[in-house]
Amino acid sequence: MLIINDIYKTFNKGTVNEKKALNGIDLVLNDGDFVTVIGGNGAGKSTLMNIVAGTYTPDKGEVIIDGVNVTEMPEHKRAKYLGRVFQDPIMGTAAGMQIDENLALAARRGKRRFLKPGITKKERLEYKELLRILDLGLENRMSTKVELLSGGQRQSLTLLMATLQKPKLLLLDEHTAALDPKTAKKVLELTDQIVKDNSLTTLMITHNMQDAIKYGNRLIMLSDGKIVLDIRGEEKAKLTVPDLLKLFGQKTGEEMASDKLLLS
Amino acid sequence: MAFLNALPGAVAQGLIWGIMAVGVYLTFKVLDIADLTVDGSITTGACVCAILLSNGTNVWVALLAAFLAGALAGLVTALFHTFMGIPAILAGILTQLMLWSINLKILGQANMPVSARTLPVLLTQLKVNTAICIGLGFVAVIIVALYWFFGTEYGSGVRATGCNPRMAKAQGINVNFNKSFGLVLSNGLVALSGALLAQYQGFADINMGKGAIVIGLAAVIIGTAAVSWIPKYGKNFAMQLFGVVLGGVIYYIVYQLVISLGLDTDLLKMLSALVVAVFLGVPYLRKKYSFSKILKKWGFVKKSVLVDEVAAKGIINAAEEEAPVMVVEAPVVVDESHKKANPFDEKPIDDAAHRIEKNASKDGGEV
Repeated sequence: MLIINDIYKTFNKGTVNEKKALNGIDLVLNDGDFVTVIGGNGAGKSTLMNIVAGTYTPDKGEVIIDGVNVTEMPEHKRAKYLGRVFQDPIMGTAAGMQIDENLALAARRGKRRFLKPGITKKERLEYKELLRILDLGLENRMSTKVELLSGGQRQSLTLLMATLQKPKLLLLDEHTAALDPKTAKKVLELTDQIVKDNSLTTLMITHNMQDAIKYGNRLIMLSDGKIVLDIRGEEKAKLTVPDLLKLFGQKTGEEMASDKLLLS
Repeated sequence: MAFLNALPGAVAQGLIWGIMAVGVYLTFKVLDIADLTVDGSITTGACVCAILLSNGTNVWVALLAAFLAGALAGLVTALFHTFMGIPAILAGILTQLMLWSINLKILGQANMPVSARTLPVLLTQLKVNTAICIGLGFVAVIIVALYWFFGTEYGSGVRATGCNPRMAKAQGINVNFNKSFGLVLSNGLVALSGALLAQYQGFADINMGKGAIVIGLAAVIIGTAAVSWIPKYGKNFAMQLFGVVLGGVIYYIVYQLVISLGLDTDLLKMLSALVVAVFLGVPYLRKKYSFSKILKKWGFVKKSVLVDEVAAKGIINAAEEEAPVMVVEAPVVVDESHKKANPFDEKPIDDAAHRIEKNASKDGGEV
């Protein structure tokens, strides 16, 4: 489904701030893989995500989604393959537009937009049903502007939008990091449910080791722009947080994971 | 009495400027771009219309040509901004300056009469009542057309582009194309308004667009504020557009009033600019120095008492039942940085503050 082939990316090349973000990443995701991505700050997690999404172009290497080489494809064009949820709840929705309008925008992802109505009555009914599943009471507030929603509500809505049209690949960039623990848990459970129901191929960055172990069928660890650990299936199921911390120390040569990794 | 006599004229002029203000609304409010091209494109519209009319062209053809000329000016700004990565505000200034030369070339002289006696003009200040009717006709058609357009799939995409470009991209919307489209449409409308204005006042002048953006912004701000209090429909898009035109009319009525009160007309531009500055600044200042914040700062109110209004209205929160409760008994520490870092704050996200930050970074030229 996703093939990442020998990707390199350096920021601010040739200046004192030069930063090698990705250093030869190779990754192949099979259909239906749910991969969690962990790594310390600056390990290259977000850069990797942004290269897949098209926000950045790599210096070298290629990205292939569903057999199509998208390396040079602009962000808005490859959006038809991707569902995305960002870390910042503000990022994923149009705040000044209504809940149903946001959903209608997402329903037209990857389709040509003409002068047909932006949203139909039939769609509104469908969205109402979908929102009911979220169980946040949003189904009765469809014409509310998204700016009035809480962070958790927004992330749930963004998640719904990202999967409204089944994406080839779902990209979750620490999408629960800005939420309080209870809400984060709810959103994660919702994520897991949606991913399972639609058997979506998913790439999820997380700072939380527990979540990284609990969710998905495969776990990769990034360090200094390289994949240093790739555990899947049975082996992953048996993994515990102390194991992972130990591995983290071995692989990165750093004794401790950041507090954020430990405490969350 | 002089004021009452001048009132119909102010209304007619206000309607024509209202069309211009609708153009400004499209860029400033819908696309979130401050487009300064309009100072030039309104004159371009007037010049194109004047020269075509005096050469015997049909008035409708002249209006269409003015619209297209303005649209072309918008396209130039759009290309500067999206293709060359120049910050929108600077791109607009560059085009505006270019247009000054171009307008001079179109007109061939610094000003030109558009005489209602010899030319087939559509409206003139010699017949104010007809001018008002025609102005209303244009406004109605434009509002209906725009209301329909922004409800379509494509129009929704344009709105999303202005709301949140990153989200728009993630939803497969071509942000640069939409911005360009908005700039083209906006400047087309502005030039159309310029063409009507030249006919109404009976001349086109190379300097008539100076400060047009300020009048446009004033109309947008006054007008949207004036209709926003209307229950239920105040925030409706068509109502907002109507408000913008109304803002233009209010602006010219106040303008007439101020003149008839005997104020030095040399000061009018300064006053307009000050009014706009105050209105643009108020939301920010209110945020920074809100009454409740001052109370908090002085320790009159405990933090927990200031439940967010939205939550107080009974709107459901995602983590409603189990949301961690803020410490009630603790002494109030009002520290904004602490508030931002607190991940337990489950309340509507502060978009205004975010938008300010976004604007600050946007001028770095996000393309």
